[in-house]
Parts: sequence; structure tokens; C-alpha cells
Amino acid sequence: MPIITSSKSQPSYDVVIVGSGAGGGQMAYTLSLAGLKCVMLEAGRNYQPALETPMFQRPDQAPLRGLPTPEKNFGFFDSTVDGGWEVPGEPYTQASEKKEEQFHWWRPRMLGGRTNHWGRISLRNGPYDFKPRSRDGLGFDWPVSYGELDPYYTKVEMLIGVYGTNSGRENTPDSPAGVLLPPPKGRAAELLSQKYGKSLGIPFLSIHRAVLTRPLDAETIPAKLHPNNPWAQRLVADSMRARAACFWATDCGRGCSTGANYQSTTVHLPPALATGNLDVIANAHAREVLVNSEGKATGVLYIDKTTGQECRVSARVVVLAASSGETVRILLNSNGGRGVANSSGLVGKYIMDTVGTNVAGQIPQLENCPPHNEDGAGGSHFYAPWWLYQEQASGKMNFARGYHIEMGGSRRMPNGANPVSDDLTQGLYGTSLKEAARRYYGSMVSYSCRGEMIPNEGSFCELDPAVKDKWGIPVLRWHWKWSEHELNQVAHARKTFGELIETMGGKVRKHISDKPLEFIEPGGKVIHEVGGAIMGGRPKDSVCNRWNQTWDVKNLFISDGAPFASNSDKNPTLTIMALAWRAADHLIEEARQGNL
Amino acid sequence: MNDFNPARLSRRAVLQWFAATAAALSAGDAGLSALAPPAASGGTPSGVGYGTDPDLLRTYQPGEAWPLIFQASQKACVSALCDTILPADHLGPSASSQGVPAFIDEWVSAPYPLQQADRPLILEGLTWMADAAVLRFKKEVSALDEAQMRELCEAVCNPEGLRVGFKNAVRFFNKMRSLAMGAYFSTPAGWEAIGYVGNTPLARFDGPPVEVLEALGIQQTVV
Ligand SMILES: Cc1cc2nc3c(=O)[nH]c(=O)nc-3n(C[C@H](O)[C@H](O)[C@H](O)COP(=O)(O)OP(=O)(O)OC[C@H]3O[C@@H](n4cnc5c(N)ncnc54)[C@H](O)[C@@H]3O)c2cc1C
Ligand code: SF4
Repeated sequence: MPIITSSKSQPSYDVVIVGSGAGGGQMAYTLSLAGLKCVMLEAGRNYQPALETPMFQRPDQAPLRGLPTPEKNFGFFDSTVDGGWEVPGEPYTQASEKKEEQFHWWRPRMLGGRTNHWGRISLRNGPYDFKPRSRDGLGFDWPVSYGELDPYYTKVEMLIGVYGTNSGRENTPDSPAGVLLPPPKGRAAELLSQKYGKSLGIPFLSIHRAVLTRPLDAETIPAKLHPNNPWAQRLVADSMRARAACFWATDCGRGCSTGANYQSTTVHLPPALATGNLDVIANAHAREVLVNSEGKATGVLYIDKTTGQECRVSARVVVLAASSGETVRILLNSNGGRGVANSSGLVGKYIMDTVGTNVAGQIPQLENCPPHNEDGAGGSHFYAPWWLYQEQASGKMNFARGYHIEMGGSRRMPNGANPVSDDLTQGLYGTSLKEAARRYYGSMVSYSCRGEMIPNEGSFCELDPAVKDKWGIPVLRWHWKWSEHELNQVAHARKTFGELIETMGGKVRKHISDKPLEFIEPGGKVIHEVGGAIMGGRPKDSVCNRWNQTWDVKNLFISDGAPFASNSDKNPTLTIMALAWRAADHLIEEARQGNL
Repeated sequence: MNDFNPARLSRRAVLQWFAATAAALSAGDAGLSALAPPAASGGTPSGVGYGTDPDLLRTYQPGEAWPLIFQASQKACVSALCDTILPADHLGPSASSQGVPAFIDEWVSAPYPLQQADRPLILEGLTWMADAAVLRFKKEVSALDEAQMRELCEAVCNPEGLRVGFKNAVRFFNKMRSLAMGAYFSTPAGWEAIGYVGNTPLARFDGPPVEVLEALGIQQTVV
């Protein structure tokens, strides 16, 4: 039985992995297919997309037409289980009362974590993104180069399936020919943005998302992923065949019952479980990494949430992938609260999110558009990669790092909220109201800045000295700070998006504020938090080495976003997976040589 | 024939209506701004939500996740108002045929802060409507004919009402319109009315049809 209860666990494993999301899933996949005996601890419940995903359920079949509530923050049908901005009984605290100094922490509690409901946007970091300090003197360089990670990006893309095109643009890497799946056709608002964006130099083009626009090639890919391992190839091929192609309907945020997009639960875990080398213990909340007197990790102490009892699991290697914030918390709580892997004092430091702001516009050209199906691939088809590298390099801009543009705007399924803003229907009711709704529906566009935040001394987390969760485990207290770079970046984005909307003949929707500190998305709100155990070249100024391995505890690896030394504008998850695969390969090699 | 042209009702007529109703209510907005506790005009919400891990596959009718609080007269009033806002016409069936009034009931009965914050406005607004109907037409809201219903709406559907002291009545109407639109357009009939097409599996995704591309002067760039 692969999904087991605490009482059924083995006395000892090769590796214990904490967390089952992108980082934990990739680790479990690579290690178990290489023959290592693994156990995965997951704080949330078991979750089965094939049986639980509300694919075609309509808003009028849900309470409150499926609208968000404090119990389902992203709407009733969003796949998030037992979490969101708050997790009952598991608080976190803020060091400051000031809004702009607070951090918002999104946490699901389910097998697969946030990969069940993420946006599936899967962008590679570019070469600049690993060496930002060398380019502009700010932040930190990674001890890894693009060239080293490139083959792992390719492997992850082949395994999970990513659609998109190679654009050949600066610092926006191409994938090898034949790796990306065909991109979906542009929708009306996307094509219109592309057309008008061109006149402003903004390059809207196909985005990369982990959605299967055609079935994966189960005949050839597995051999490329696992050369010399026919057994692994067979298991991976079986799992690839079990995934259907996208059928161009339903919102990916609900998850996908047919496995047509990437979720850890439909892509990483099935072949890993099929090896027989992986036990998964759900409802197992890791509290501490156990270390012996020689400073080596011996296993993990966790709470069995079904009984409330403390349990221990032993392993030769420990991998933390509980999401960067929770990984930091486990590190700090370990060793009886003295912490592990923290001789640098940097555990919890340099937390980064993605810089965000949104501008919406109403576009008269899109009014009264003939009805047509724009469901598409359940998420965005187009985006604009950062296009002003040269201007930045020549010192013409007042912020150091770039942003890409994600866009919304289409004839999406009305989700229970009023699909037309009040100000457009002032004074109307009756048939004239219905006609106005029909006229304006689909005429809105929105553009989101997704930019790079530079790590700073004021954005970090630590253990709260007083507050504990319902099991008595100290919780995190967050500190947050933006620098001029981020504030100038959102100001630039707002101006640019306004110009774009006006160039399209549209009207910018009213802004709530004109102060960057108020219109920048608050820390954590883009849900791309990384950092807290950054990797670097030396033990004194980093927590992990270039293999996601902690300097202090050799047999302790971190495979979520915590080791990120910077947070480029590219959404982090593909990089988390590529690094995890690479770290797993290193772990396997070190274990073989008896070094762990 | 259901189409109401606000221009048809002169500003003067609107003001007269306000004056008459305000005088009759003696304190204009007062009835609404006092915002009596909801218990005075309906049942008390149960306070229990659907939790953080509800069954997502089953179909929920209003009242299944938590009990509803509207009394019969409130239901009738909401129904009449919703059908005036979204009547049956060439674009589709009426709001009440699509469960919109029950949704409003579910909304005011819900145990969550956002909905609870709306509850006094909606319950008091319904009381105000009932009073206004009696004072102006000597009838219950549900017995008003179309023209009377429109006259009532006309008084509060415009920002005009804000200036003559009907701030809360205007807020009430806008809230009801917004909720009704959300609820109506998220049904299959509402999808058709607004022009949403989808939620059905396709073998391929072709993007916008040629007529749309031509109308917008764009080309499909993904081939
Ligand atoms: C709505 C949304 C949209 C997003 N869109 C994108 C996108 O388009 N592109 C992108 O790149 N990223 C996106 N992200 C971010 C993406 O989801 C994360 O980067 C990614 O899931 C991180 O993987 P992870 O393994 O670090 O953490 P997670 O996926 O969060 O997994 C961590 C797991 O660890 C478990 N856990 C936590 N604490 C413990 C403990 N103490 N003991 C045991 N288990 C524990 C959790 O329950 C969870 O299952 C999005 C996120 C959200 C919420
Ligand atoms: S759009 Fe496609 S990938 Fe997304 S949930 Fe629907 S079928 Fe699955």
C-alpha cells in the first residue's frame, strides 16, 4: 500500500521527503525511479484528482454561485483543500501593523500542495537570472548557471508537458526543438493586445504552460528521461499514457481529472508510487529535522494529525520541500528550537515574492463581439516577456530588473460575480440592462505586472517568540519591505499598461490609488514566495550549496523555493522542479559513493 | 416592451416621486440609514459555513449549505424586483426562473463577513420597498404592475437618488442589481443571454472565428 498511515511505515528509509508539491513530487519521482526507498510526509489529506475534480460543475450548482468565501478563498470549485490565506489552527503573525510591511502566506493542506491549483505558467529562468549581481551589483548570484540547469529544464518540460513557442528573445530561453507542445491559438483579446503591443514595442506571444495540447509521446520521451533504466521507462510511459490531452474546457485552477495539466498528484506521484519504492503518509505534519550528535540528520519528527501523536521516521537522507516558508519553519524549530543548518544565521532571510500590480481596461472594439468559445486551455495563451533589457543595461531606467506581462480578458465563464461593472450599467434595468451586459461582456482586458523582486534585509521570517499552532509548534512571524526598485517597477508597469489600453482605443478602469506602495500587490499575494535558505558559493553567506544541500548538514537537502538566491520575473515552479531533479541526481550519486 | 427608457421619465417626475415618498416616509432615508438588526426583519443566519473541504461534486440548492432566512413577503418582494431587473424577454427567461431570488436569500443567510455586511442593507431595503409600494400605490410589491414596479425602480436606479436623499435606497438597488446579474449570468440561460459559449469539451480549439477576426482587424498569429 503506497498511501499509508503512520503505523504502517517502515523502521527506516533511504530518504524522507517532507511535502508533496512541485519540489517534493519531483524528488520522490527521481529518487524512487532510481531505486531509493522513500517515504513522503504530507501535512494535508490524500487527494485524488481523478475522483474529486469538479470539471463541468456550474456556478449555479454551488453554494453562493461558487463565489469566494473565507473557507474557499479562490471560489468553491478551486481545488485548494483545507487552506488558503488562513489555515485553521495554524496561524502566522506579522511583525508590523503597517499593511505594506506584512506578508500574506497561501498554504493548502493536501497531497500535491499548490500544484493542484497553480496557474501552470512554466517559464525558464534565463542566463542573466542566475547571475544578477554580476550584471548590476544587486542581490546575489546563484552558484548554478543557466547552462547547468538547461538539461534539467528540458527533462522537466518533457515529463510534465509544456506548451509554448521558442521566441529567440533575450534572456528568454528557447527549449530544444520538439520539446515544447504546440501552443494554443490566440483569443480575441490576446491577438488584439499583440497587434497594439507591437506599436509600443511590447512583444505579446505564446506563453509556456504545463498543459498537454496533445498527448505526450510515451514511445520516445521515457527513454530520453531515463536512459539505461528500462524499468523506469516502462513506468513513466504507463503514466504518460494515462494522461489525456486537454479538451479545451474547464478552468485549470479546479485541477484536471484527466491529468491534462501538471499536478504533482497526476504527474510525479503516480509513477513514483508505481515503483513500490515510495510510501506516502498523509496527515503527517513535520515538526523537526532530527539530528544526531555528529550533526547528521537522522529523520523527521512529525505530528500524526489523525491521532495528534508525535511520530518519528528514520532515514539516511532528509529532503525538505514543504514550501519555502514552512521549510524555514521546520529548520528553525529543529534541534529543540535551536535550529539546524543555520550556522550562517541566514535561515529565514531574503524572502522574495513576485512583484505584482494589475491594470484593467475596457475596450470598445471588443464590445458586442459575436459569441464564440474562448475557454481554450483553461488559462492564459499569451504573455509578453520583459522587453527592455537593453534600456536597463544602458542605465536608462530607474529600476534594475524586469517584469513580464500576464494578461486576462476573454469571454470566460461568468463565475457568479457580476460580469459587468456597475458603472457601465448605471441607471439600467430590464431588457436594456441585459443588452448592456451582452454588449460589455468580453470587452474587459487586464494586464498584470509579474516582476523580479531584489532580495533585501527587511524581508524575512523568524519564529514568533510567543504564538504557537494547535500542536504547540512555534509559528512564523513575517517582516516585509519593498525597495525603490520594486516600487518604480510597478509605476512603470502601470504607465505602460495605461498606454497600451489607450492605444487600443480603450479606457483605463479607475485606480484605487496612485501611490506605488498602495497599488503594488502586498507581499506574498502573488504566491511565488521563495528564499529563506538561499544557495551560494560559501557557507558563511548561504544556507545551501549548489546542490540544494545544506552546508551544515550534509544529508539534508531542500528542494522547494527556499534555496532561490533571486526571484526573476519568471514564475518559480519550473525552476523548483529543474533544481530538484538535479539535486536528486546528485543525492543519488553521493549516496552511491557512500558520502551521505 | 419590457425595455424601460429612463429618459421617458422626466427629472421633474422623479423628483416629485421622491418628494412624495420622502414626505410619506417622513424621514426620507431614515428608515434605511437606521439599519435595524437583521433579526427584526428575518430569521437569524446559522453561522456555520461549508467548511474548508466541502464535497465539490454534488449539486447544492440554496438552503442546503445553511438555512435560509427570508420570510414569504421578502421572497415575493425579491422575486418581483429581480424580475424587473432581469425580465423574460428575447434574450432569455426571467431571473426568478433561474433561481436568482433563492440565491439572494442564500446570500443574506450566509455565515460569512462579506454577506453579513450586506444583510442589513438588503433586509432594510426590502422593508423600504414594501413601505414605498403601500404608500405610493396602496399595494404589496408583488401586486404592483409593470409600470408601477418601474416607477419604483426608477426612483432608485440612478445616482440622481443620491442627491435627493435616497442614498441607501440607491445602494440597495445597485446591490440587488449586481447580485442578480451575477446569479443570473452564471446559469446556462444566463450564459446564452450574455453570449458565453463553452464548458463543453472540444476536439480542437480554433480560436476566434473569421468574422470576429475580421471585425477586429486582427489575424490569428498562432498557426
Ligand atoms: C493560485 C496559484 C497560482 C499559481 N500559479 C503559478 C504559475 O502559474 N506558475 C508558477 O510557476 N507558480 C505558480 N504558483 C506557485 C506554485 O504553486 C508554487 O511555486 C509551487 O507549488 C511550489 O512548490 P513547493 O513544492 O515548494 O510547494 P507546494 O506546492 O506548496 O507543496 C508543499 C507541500 O508541503 C506540505 N507541507 C507544508 N508544511 C508541511 C509540514 N510541516 N509537514 C509536511 N508537509 C507539509 C503542504 O501541505 C504542501 O502539500 C501559483 C500558486 C497559486 C496558489
Ligand atoms: S483546460 Fe484542459 S488542462 Fe485545463 S483543466 Fe480543462 S481539460 Fe484539463
